[in-house]
Formats: sequence, structure tokens, C-alpha cells
Amino acid sequence: MATADRPHTSDTFVLGADAVVESLVRQGVEVIFAYPGGASMPLHQSLTRYADRLRTILPRHEQGGAFAAQGYARSTGKPGVCMGTSGPGALNLVTAIADARMDSVPLIALTGQVGTSVIGTDAFQETPIVEVCRSITKHHYLVTDANDIPRVMREAFHVATTGRQGPVLIDLPKNVQLTQIQPDYDAEMRLPGYRPEPRAVKPEQIAQVAAAIKRAKKPVIYAGGGVISGEASAELRELVRKTGIPVTMTLMGLGAYPGDQPLSLDMLGMHGSVYANYAVDEADLLIAVGVRFDDRVTGNVEKFAQHGFIVHIDVDPSEINKNKLVHVPIVADVKEALVELNKVVEPPAAGLDDWHAQIARWKSEDPFAYDETYSGILAQEAIAELSRLTAERDTVISVGVGQHQMWSAQFYKFREPRRWLSSSGLGTMGFGLPAAMGAAVGCPDAVVVDIDGDGSFLMNVQELATCHCEKIPVKVLLLNNQHLGMVVQWEDRFFKGNRAHTYLGPVHHPEAAGQGDGISPEARYPDFVGVATSFGWQAETISEKADLTPALQRLIDAEGPALLDVQVPYQEHVLPMIPSGMTVRELIKE
Amino acid sequence: MPRRFPPAMRHLLSATVQNVPGVLSHISGMLASRGYNIDSLAVGETEAPDLSRMTFVVRGDDRVLDQVRLQLEKIVTVVQVNDISSRDYVERDLMLIKVQAPAGAVRSQVKELADIFRGKIVDVAGDSVVVEISGTENKIEGFIDMMRPLGILELVRTGRIAMVRGNEPGPSGDVTHLPADHAISPETLA
Repeated sequence: MATADRPHTSDTFVLGADAVVESLVRQGVEVIFAYPGGASMPLHQSLTRYADRLRTILPRHEQGGAFAAQGYARSTGKPGVCMGTSGPGALNLVTAIADARMDSVPLIALTGQVGTSVIGTDAFQETPIVEVCRSITKHHYLVTDANDIPRVMREAFHVATTGRQGPVLIDLPKNVQLTQIQPDYDAEMRLPGYRPEPRAVKPEQIAQVAAAIKRAKKPVIYAGGGVISGEASAELRELVRKTGIPVTMTLMGLGAYPGDQPLSLDMLGMHGSVYANYAVDEADLLIAVGVRFDDRVTGNVEKFAQHGFIVHIDVDPSEINKNKLVHVPIVADVKEALVELNKVVEPPAAGLDDWHAQIARWKSEDPFAYDETYSGILAQEAIAELSRLTAERDTVISVGVGQHQMWSAQFYKFREPRRWLSSSGLGTMGFGLPAAMGAAVGCPDAVVVDIDGDGSFLMNVQELATCHCEKIPVKVLLLNNQHLGMVVQWEDRFFKGNRAHTYLGPVHHPEAAGQGDGISPEARYPDFVGVATSFGWQAETISEKADLTPALQRLIDAEGPALLDVQVPYQEHVLPMIPSGMTVRELIKE
Repeated sequence: MPRRFPPAMRHLLSATVQNVPGVLSHISGMLASRGYNIDSLAVGETEAPDLSRMTFVVRGDDRVLDQVRLQLEKIVTVVQVNDISSRDYVERDLMLIKVQAPAGAVRSQVKELADIFRGKIVDVAGDSVVVEISGTENKIEGFIDMMRPLGILELVRTGRIAMVRGNEPGPSGDVTHLPADHAISPETLA
């Protein structure tokens, strides 16, 4: 092969598996979440040889490992790496890969594969994982020639971390891992169809946006995950400072602009704030940055922001005009576009005093609220209190999916990007604990709290073991209502309250049929304190309002992993709410 | 009846793709999962051994077409996509059609029609003949309509392939050096 006379070719032969791990180290990878099996054993053997440079963490389920890699990536901005063996190991990564695709998370998933000589024979633990993952990865490889390993590894990291980021799968047959090669770590990439370089922002488009801002009377910025993955939070803040335009954020965008600032409209959409949804509805200019006009944001997309002139800035050309036709489409790196805009932008000529006053009225009329007179602890109150107690500390919050996720988005004030980890596009229950685990590894100086529901928490509860054994000091605030609360809420709203498999306790309890009048402490199931302590965690449970603040403080201050089980009622609904496919006119306030 | 669509809704996309395993599966899977209607898809190697050319006929309005093109371009192994419908291009479809044609008057009729359509008979059996015919979609469908009353036994088509005429930059951005007078006008039989 021509590689023999390349200057960077190593003189010595190494195993394919070593070339994989060496490539990880050269890419700056510091941790991999990997669960071994027959077809990935050579890779694990190699990882032991690199133990001084690359930490290997053994999750207790491949899905936990992949979500940990996501938590690492989302909180640090660096690519997360996970690995599983062939067949079931690889398939257990699939949900987290699809999740990374939906939320544009740079994830490298390595899988062992059966030897190339038996591929296609339905060999033991054989699954065509590349076929399975085609539509849920940004790119994918089945490496059949070990000499391709260094190039494929380079390409994978390049593809995962540039343009609109996403997951890349590399499937490595066992014999390829065991083949001796002379690796060329500088092998040229072969990606003729991949052009992620940000297109030069057209000055005339920037001028159009600046002109639109100048004549606007009711402008709103609608900021999404693209601002965070594009590292453009500072530029967004600069734009707001220069123009006074209020900002609403998507679920993915929380933290792009500080939630405790007067110009923050908090989250918009289905469970967004009344004031954000009113403001977008009345806006005469909507500046959409790093967003994709998701149905959970827009409701009826035809009527969304129908009175306004719409600017859409995104790095992915296929997002432009996909869900909503816009007036000024700008395909660009979000950061670069905002830098250019900030150079020329001027505040609206007519001033925004009236608009700010209108927004302040909406905010005071319909703030996010809960019944503060409730005798026990409401989930919303626990989250708001955690937000207050951690305001001065670098805190990363992860969540599962459901009511607790929406309440966290509403009541926790995120001040910085990459401090809010939520499976937003795919909505994967069980995301919270493993994501927190990865974030705690990537951000050792931060307090990392998984705010979870009892349904979501149980879906990856095995990672309690990983946190204990690997000394990862994750905190869990478990908002335990014994139900799948969000589904219960929809049952109450749209199915006359008929309980359909949404009670998480024994089926003979009256609650399973939607009866009963509250669950006594003894009847609660399972005993989460017992579960957590058996895994080596500190844990306590509370139900009294007076215990909330001190217990939260103990949780935050705990040395190692710790869990606080908070008994909350299941009758609460997440409000406000715009039912699916509806408009702000149908917004439910109570 | 053959399906016919308003010409404005019918688009020819020409894509160059990396010649790697799975690229066809990736593309057809993406189109299916996003619900795009593909009338025809033809694929083959190009003059460059590491590239293949895919030609799609897609139905939809301009917005749908934009999305198809952008989603195709998003696939890493897709090098370039061009909508050549708005350009001056040559389009061909190759068909083999086996029709019931016992020796005698019917077979003569098939022969005559094949000649008119510039097709040729490539196989003759006791009761049937196989006709090879190439041309535009309209021409091919015209011929199918003519054969239908005789009894079509089997039919296979390659799907559309297409090329931009003259020295206009081709879909891969290069210049095709085919002299203009070598290009054949699309027949409008049917």
C-alpha cells in the first residue's frame, strides 16, 4: 500500500484495537464509557494499556454509558465517547444515539462486531448495527480493513464535532481489532461530500436584519440549542445588550441567556411562559437563532408568529423553511452571524419602552406559579428552592422526561450555557442519572444534580452502581409522586382521568384504578432510600415542608453520591399549557 | 393507466455519491422515512471509480424539492445534488417489454410499432417477443399504452437517467465536452 512510504507512518506494527485507542487519545479524549463483551474484548485490552492517559468507566448498562457520554459532551462541549460489544451491546446504545441525533450532540459510539468472515451469517451476537443506525446517526462506518482505522477515527471526530454536531457510529469487527497494522495517524480524510465550513455570512443579509431591528416595535429573539452548541451565548448577550430585545429560549436553549435577567422571557412553547408565548404571538419581528421550529414550540405552525417578520439563522441548511417559511433565511454559523450583526446593529429607532412595559405587565399577571399554601412539598417548590440554594455555585442540572423536566425548565434559573442537560427532542426517560454521571466526570468542580421523577429514575437506576464504584459524586433530587405524572396529566385533561398504566405501585392499590385519596408513606413503592443505600449512596426521604431547605442543603453539601427522595403529590399539572397543535389562543392557565 | 403528473411537480435530481457500501440503502431509507415520493431511482458508476451517480425522479412542489435536496446533501457520502429539471437536459429510460405476439399479423404490428418508436426486437419466442426501447418517460409510456391491448407478459425499466446538454456545467460542476450536435432531441411521440 502507498501508506508504507508516508512520513508519518509508524515503523512498528500495532493492533487495530491499539490504533483505535491511540486515535482516541490523539483526539484529546479523556474518558470513555465502555461495557465489554466478546466482540469488543481486544479494544478493552487495549484500553488497559492506555489507562494512564484515558479513563475507562464501566457503566452498568450500555444505554447508561451512552447517556453518560452525552452528559459529558453536553456539559463540556467536547465529544463524548461510548462503546459496547456487538449485537445486544450495540443495540443498547441505539436510543442514546437517536437522542444525540435529535439534540445535535457530538457523540462517538464504538461497537464491537463479529469477525468479517462471519458477518451476514447470523453469527452469535451479530446485528447489522450500521444498518440499524443509518437514519439516526450523522455518519457511520463499518471498518472492514484495519488500515482504514486511523483515517476513519479522524473523520468520525471531524464529522461529529463540526457543522451541526451529531453522533457517529464506528463498527469494528473483532478480526479488524486484532489485525497488525502500521497506522498512519495523519492519513488524509476522504469526505468529498462533507462541507461543514461555515458559509461566509452575506453582508446584505446582516444589513437586512439590522434594518428590521431598527424599524421593529415589538421584536423578540427566539434562541435555541444552536446558540449553545455554536458557543454563541456571549454574542447573544451582546446583541440583547445593544438592542434591548427580549429573549425567549427553547428547552434546548435554556442558559443561552441568563434566566434571571429582566429581558429573559424564559421558555416558550407548550409548557413555556404565558409572557413568552404572548410576546412571540404579538411580535412584529422574530429573530430565530439556532432553532428548528419544533412542534412543541410552535403548536399550530401556520399561526406561529404570524404577525411578524421572521429571521432564521441556523448552521443546517435543511432546517431553513423545513417547518416554517421565513422572510430572511441565513445559513451560517450562529456565532459568526451574531458577531457580524453586533458590528452594525442599532437599537430600534422608536424605542422599546412600550414593548418592555407590555412584557412586564404580562410577566406580573401570569408568572410561573404554584400553590405556596400547599401543606406538603410541591415539586415546583423543591426545584425553585434548589435553584435559590445553588445560585452562587457552578451547578449542572440534568433531568429525566415528564412533569419534573418541565417544572425544572420553568423554575430553575439557568444563568450559563451547558448547565442544563435535557433529552429534549427525543424525550428519553432515564436520561437524567447517566447524563449527570457524565457531566460530573467532565465538570469535577461543579455540583451536578439529577432532578428526576420516580418513573424516569428507575429506567437507568443501575447507574447508581457506577457512581458508587467510580466515585462520581452525583446528587439526585427525586420528585417522587408514584405516577407517570405527565401521562396522568394528559389522562386528566383528555381522557376523563381514566388511569391507563400510569400508577407505579402495586396493581392492587386503589390508585392503579385512579381511586384512593393520596398515598401513605408506608404504601410508597419502591423504597428508594433502601435502593440507594444498598448501592452505597447516602439517601434520605422527606415529605414535610419544613424539612425541604435543610435536606436540599445536605444534598448539595454531601461528599459523595447522594439521593433526596421528596414525596410530592401526583395531582399537580404542569401549567401553562398549549395543547398539541393549538395556538396561544387556546393556552390553558389553570 | 400510467400515472401522469403536472410537469411542474416532477423534478429530476442528479446526485453524485461516494461509491461505498450502504450509500444506496442510506439514501432510499432517508427518502422513505421522511415520506418523499420517488417515482424512479437509477444508480451506476461514473467515470471516476470512487463516485456513483444517482438519478431520482421526485414529485412535489418547490418546497418539498428543496427539502429533498437539502436532506440528501446532509448525508455525508452524498457529494453533490442538482435539480436539473429547470435546465436543458437529455433524459432517458430503458425498457425491456415482453408482449404476446404470435407469428403473423400481431407480430408484424409489434414490429411496426417498435420501428416507429425506434425500439428493436431483441428476442423472439413462439408466442412472444421482447422489445428493447429507450427514450423519455412519455415515449416509454406511450409505447406501453400501445402494447397493452396485445397483452404485456413482463416489463422491466431502468428508471430515468439524465444529463445536462452542451457545455453547461454538469451536475458535478465540471464541463461536459459532448458537442451539442451529438445530443439528440427528446422525442415527443406518444
